[in-house]
Amino acid sequence: MTEEIKNEGGCPVSDWATDYDVMDDGYTRDPSPIWSDLRERCPMAHTTRWGGSWMPTKYEDIQALANMVPTLSSKTVTVIPPDPVLREELIAELKMYGTENPPITADPPEHSPFKRLILPFFSPKATANYQQITEDLCYGLLDKLEGRETCDAAVEYAQQIPPRVIAYILGIDMGRADEFTQWTQELLELGQTQPELRRSARLKIMNFFMEEVAERRVNPKDDVISQLIAAEVEGERLSDHRVAGVCNLLLVAGIDTTWSSIGAALYHFSTHPEDRKRIAAEPELIPSAVEELLRFYSPVTMARKVTEEVEFQGAQMKPGDKVLMTFPAANRDPAVFENPDEVVLDRQQNRHLAFGTGIHRCAGSNLARMELQVAIRCWFERFPEFEMACPEAVTWAGGQVKGPRNVPLKLG
Amino acid sequence: MRICVNANLCQGHNRCFSLAPDLFEVDDFGLATAVNDGVVPAGMEDQAQLAIDNCPEFAISVIEE
Repeated sequence: MTEEIKNEGGCPVSDWATDYDVMDDGYTRDPSPIWSDLRERCPMAHTTRWGGSWMPTKYEDIQALANMVPTLSSKTVTVIPPDPVLREELIAELKMYGTENPPITADPPEHSPFKRLILPFFSPKATANYQQITEDLCYGLLDKLEGRETCDAAVEYAQQIPPRVIAYILGIDMGRADEFTQWTQELLELGQTQPELRRSARLKIMNFFMEEVAERRVNPKDDVISQLIAAEVEGERLSDHRVAGVCNLLLVAGIDTTWSSIGAALYHFSTHPEDRKRIAAEPELIPSAVEELLRFYSPVTMARKVTEEVEFQGAQMKPGDKVLMTFPAANRDPAVFENPDEVVLDRQQNRHLAFGTGIHRCAGSNLARMELQVAIRCWFERFPEFEMACPEAVTWAGGQVKGPRNVPLKLG
Repeated sequence: MRICVNANLCQGHNRCFSLAPDLFEVDDFGLATAVNDGVVPAGMEDQAQLAIDNCPEFAISVIEE
């Protein structure tokens, strides 16, 4: 199904119902008007761009599709599929029988044991243990901004936090966090349109973890990698490749997503002074504000692959077709959210799907939530007053993970 | 007011525990149960309603008595 992964020459979209482009700049910046239009006239949009896919835009449909397991398989979850030739090369190079990162790329029955393997690392109790290190990290970053008149909150703050927290949890060198960020960005963001970069990033991450695993086979430590090596799934120990694959998932999933959300939150407060003032005056609103910002600026879109012919809302889906899990669109559906295109910091009804829904709901949601709450609370303690310095300098990444990559602020 | 969590629907998002930590407990896998047999202490009804209104799996409900 994925003979050629390209954007058909990058020509402008003719009709979003039949020719949408998930990498379109306008779509990345503000997709909501497009989703509103599609919900009205074509709830299952289709495109041949980027390997072809279906795009649902209604909350109800996205929830139903996410639960259509295993008819919609998670074996491939990328919004833009990898180049098939390079993928084969990568598999050969890694001497693997596949490039799975369970549980995210697993279907039942393989899914559940792997999900249960990683969930305890991210339970509320476990994430509470990572709160202190997150606070220390945030204050350290804020110390460096003290006395400054301007800063880039995405680069100098948001981007710095998640790679160090997840490195700490995994037990890998926090000093190499910038490298981890670079690998993740090459894999998830830049690699979407640069297949060679994507392949090399994947290889770097897997090779890195294969070495870490080998080292812990000899000298076990008190960290997640060592626990994964010691763990059993259905009575069997995991191979080095499997442990490295799970670690790959935890690293990659823990970086881009949370960084995008922290950056989006600061972008929001810098452009909405009334919301900023409210949080400065009522920091106890931060937990509900975090959920609302997750709804409004939902970073993650996943994908599923159709395994058998199925008709859904008039869409004739065939084996091999890709379906986007447009969770950000679900979160703007007026059938579920009153005034969906407005940020209401203390929104009462907020069943947002920013972390997905069904068996593949984000395993790290408690960690992300904790990091977001701590990052915002610490920021407001030091800099209750700030504003957008240069709106035209704000850049957004899109596709699989949406988030601002530059948030230039005036401080104080 | 009495509430319950449908274990077949709960996917362990922990939204209820995060919003109303006194009314729910979660296990290592995130699966939630209502504490105190679901009986909501007087004055905590708003918290219970908040948890109900924020569950993405529609897993929490009020037991009509």
